[in-house]
Amino acid sequence: MVSDFAAVAVFLGLGVGFVLITFLLAKLISPSAPNPIKQSTYECGESPFGPAWIQFNVRFYIFALIFVVFDVETVFLFPWAIAYQSLGLFAFVEMLVFIAILIFGLAYAWRKGVLKWY
Amino acid sequence: MLELDKLVKIIGDGIDAGISALGLGPAWVVLVQLIVAAAVVLIFASLVVLFLVWWERKVSARFQMRLGPMRVGWQGTIQTIADALKLLQKELITPANVDRGIYFWAPVVTFVAALAVYVTIPFGKGLIVRDLNIGILYILSITTFTVIGLLMAGWSSNNKYALLGGFRSAAQVVSYEVPMALAVVGVIMLTQTLSMGEIVAQQQKFYQWYIWRQPLGFLIYLVAATAECNRTPFDLPEADSELVAGFVTEYSGMKFAMFFLAEFLNMFTVAAVATTLFFGGWNGPVLPSWAWFMIKTLLGVFVLMWFRWTYPRLRVDQLMSFAWKFLLPLAFINIVLTGLGIYIFKS
Repeated sequence: MVSDFAAVAVFLGLGVGFVLITFLLAKLISPSAPNPIKQSTYECGESPFGPAWIQFNVRFYIFALIFVVFDVETVFLFPWAIAYQSLGLFAFVEMLVFIAILIFGLAYAWRKGVLKWY
Repeated sequence: MLELDKLVKIIGDGIDAGISALGLGPAWVVLVQLIVAAAVVLIFASLVVLFLVWWERKVSARFQMRLGPMRVGWQGTIQTIADALKLLQKELITPANVDRGIYFWAPVVTFVAALAVYVTIPFGKGLIVRDLNIGILYILSITTFTVIGLLMAGWSSNNKYALLGGFRSAAQVVSYEVPMALAVVGVIMLTQTLSMGEIVAQQQKFYQWYIWRQPLGFLIYLVAATAECNRTPFDLPEADSELVAGFVTEYSGMKFAMFFLAEFLNMFTVAAVATTLFFGGWNGPVLPSWAWFMIKTLLGVFVLMWFRWTYPRLRVDQLMSFAWKFLLPLAFINIVLTGLGIYIFKS
């Protein structure tokens, strides 16, 4: 079991190492001639207007929130799915109730117009 | 046959013998074996991306009644290497007001997230680095890490368009994550295991492939996975005519190449997972197992490329409505039907 996650750690380490080595290589080979115009923010050829960190629209937050709810539900569904064939009808109905509660939440959000993206 | 598992065993034993001869313990043996395996997978991933970039250009060209790269090497096969060498020499322009730390690490995070999935992809018989017992759940979790990379890139670029592109990309990937996971739950109800190696082992005969028992699940997975890869028809966040280049606007040279690599690796991953879950993995007659795996996965990638040149792009509100109002309820219906089906079939 430990070696399972040692495998993951080795992959992560090697991935990071590969990217860093490639960047180093690129830095050695590529030219470097910075000037203020090259380094200015790209705005389709015009000079940048206003600060770049614009106001965060709330609809992103709402979608992220709904995603978190359904992702946690998915995490609950996985162990149930694995054990499903050895459980009886009771487990199925119980999970149905759980899913139904969350679908009511989705339906409420839908009716409230929260899932609309303008 | 030409099975590679014996070769893998020979190399593993060789490393074992070599490290033991140096007097180091078994932990070091495992470590060196893992490093060698990771290096091999990394080289394989690079070669696959090289091939896929060329193939994408050829396939796109043929769909558009033209030829694609023809000059550099036979049928343009060396084109990708030429492009990679060119990208390597490009100046790494770092805009003046970026958030340097996050700007630097965003491509690293995105690429590592794309690569770390390959720990548990079954390339062939005995050709899986580690058959994690949480296989498919691990894969789903790691692919979500790319969202962090996207947000880092969009935010640090100090560019309104990159920021908006990053937000939209993240919102899209996150919205399609849920139907994809639910489609996988449908398959898991049949397999009773999360381990990728075991899922393949359960599909040895043609009629045992899970595609026959989960056709709806496969369709949901296919659509959600196309959106996960930010491919047309869901490529609004990075379409050329939209927000410039989306979250990669301010990246140049090799840093841009890392995002590009990660995107193609994700395409391959998605096709590989579909092959494993629905099409019997590396099972198949006559040809060696890794050949079957590659054939099935590359066919999956071809379908993704086919989508690109067949369907028009969806608008961002259509994209989001489609995920939350159509795919998600459909995925739940799939789970309920699968549950009912298993229950009726068992009793």
